[in-house]
Amino acid sequence: MSAKLETLRQNLQTHLGDRLRSDTLALGELTIEVAADDYLEVMQTLRDQHDLGFEELIDLCGVDYSTFGNQPWAGKRFAVVVHLLSIAHNWRLRVRVFADDDEFPSVASVIDIWKSVEWFEREAFDLYGVVFPGHPDLRRILTDYGFIGHPFRKDFPISGHVEMRYDPEQARVIYQPVTIEPRENTPRIVREDTYGDPAHG
Amino acid sequence: MADIRNFTLNFGPQHPAAHGVLRLVLELDGEVVQRADPHIGLLHRATEKLAETRTWVQSVPYMDRLDYVSMMCNEHAYCLAIEKLLNIEVPERGQYIRTMFDEVTRILNHLLWIGCHALDVGAMTMALYTFREREDLMDVYEAVSGARMHAAYYRPGGVYRDLPDRMPQYEVSPWKNAKAVAAFNENRQGSLLDFLEDFTERFPKYHSEYHTLLTDNRIWKQRLVGIGIVSPERALQMGFTGAMLRGSGFAWDLRKKQPYAAYDKVDFDIPVGVNGDSYDRYLVRMEEMLQSNRIIKQCIDWLRKNPGPVISDNFKVAPPPRESMKSNMEELIHHFKLFTEGIHVPPGEAYAAIEHPKGEFGIYFVSDGANKPYRMKIRAPGYVHLAGMDEMSRGHMIADVVTIIGSQDVVFGEIDR
Repeated sequence: MSAKLETLRQNLQTHLGDRLRSDTLALGELTIEVAADDYLEVMQTLRDQHDLGFEELIDLCGVDYSTFGNQPWAGKRFAVVVHLLSIAHNWRLRVRVFADDDEFPSVASVIDIWKSVEWFEREAFDLYGVVFPGHPDLRRILTDYGFIGHPFRKDFPISGHVEMRYDPEQARVIYQPVTIEPRENTPRIVREDTYGDPAHG
Repeated sequence: MADIRNFTLNFGPQHPAAHGVLRLVLELDGEVVQRADPHIGLLHRATEKLAETRTWVQSVPYMDRLDYVSMMCNEHAYCLAIEKLLNIEVPERGQYIRTMFDEVTRILNHLLWIGCHALDVGAMTMALYTFREREDLMDVYEAVSGARMHAAYYRPGGVYRDLPDRMPQYEVSPWKNAKAVAAFNENRQGSLLDFLEDFTERFPKYHSEYHTLLTDNRIWKQRLVGIGIVSPERALQMGFTGAMLRGSGFAWDLRKKQPYAAYDKVDFDIPVGVNGDSYDRYLVRMEEMLQSNRIIKQCIDWLRKNPGPVISDNFKVAPPPRESMKSNMEELIHHFKLFTEGIHVPPGEAYAAIEHPKGEFGIYFVSDGANKPYRMKIRAPGYVHLAGMDEMSRGHMIADVVTIIGSQDVVFGEIDR
């Protein structure tokens, strides 16, 4: 498998040249990073070049890196991660692109290359607020009609901001601020590298 | 000629053929669909966000609730992704048990699918037939995990425990007399493997009953043949996987192409469709059930001959055996750390995909080394298939929309997540 991925890596370097910010081969998967400006062009190349041949887009998702490793994150906050699959070559590729602006993250839409991305981009917009210029119908998809905010951002509390209940006086369903306290049963811990290593003492 | 405008129709979310909570806004010209706009998210529970606040093991039961008709397959993808990040091996017996239960799950899923699909299209009897067989497989689930549906049986590193030596028995009650109970318990006298083997012997006969009811049925063919045709190019463009892709003529199956668990050691075939219509997808899924039956038989044979551990002996990942936990300091510490703090997964990212009954089900993890995932993304096959609804239903009659929903095999637990 890794010999195959080496071939893919060679082909990527040939076709993409310096548009390839980095390529990492880890855990039997190849990850490349590209700049937001090159993204659309790179994706077109990935589909159309026969020795890359990614005819299918499997997944696209947003990632918010702001609390990575329980520490303040130095780099750009929002990334879009795409998983591609080539049926002809039987290999996979992960493409990561960081959005340039943290306040108004925006990444070009690849809907003209793969139609399957339509709902994935709507989802990333809904949950992370990443905007995809070029998308014809960028509506919310998973959250409620009239929902405010982007719930998967790390600064959005797990219990949300509003709760819904039936109000007998107004005889309708109303929204009100949440009444439950947030709680954490198991704390989130990142251990040092040598933790649990008997050789380290 | 009077000016006739299109009108919109709200299909669901309470429509029985909406398979749960699909709200479909249809733009119609007479009875012909011009545009279909599925509104999803009515069952959204933010599973991915919840997983970020729980330890790696605590999220296993959430996986059952994604696609709630193929529970163990979801768990499988979840565990595979964690195992990939941890770089640990599952014992061979654990891999065979997973393979066997994946196939039991595939039959369960397809039985529900064919029952409901036929029910939607107008063949009432199918649901009664398939739920009869599902009952036996549910008993297998219950025997191994204690729960009929939400098993939580797979764990990172293997499966929770070995297969039981005896099947639960029916008991005499005011509603079942001794004679009826004896009949019910007849094939439950041996171990779980004996019961399952008995099922695999019976299943081809049941399967031929379904064929008799549907395959050459004139109404069934009128409703399915030529409906929702997807050409191979469009199937790739729309990101289809699983039976939706195979129905369009690709022999693409992750169990063969990118094998996981013990799939490279068992023998089975991949059925492929020709026309890419609903009828071909029906035939593909029907044949898949027989192939699953074949795999289960091979797994039973192997599991009978090869006892051994079913979960990894790395106590940083899997709990130590209870006997040693009670007599050993080291194991006690491991047990305590594992159940309070949980597994620590090294930083990195991994995507693991399996051939789920509905298509490619994948889990993408970003880990920052904590005892909880940093980001989890569930790649649900039904989500992508339903996104193709608009294109598949354009130009069809409104009754065909029901057929297309049925043939996509959508379940809202995984689509809305």
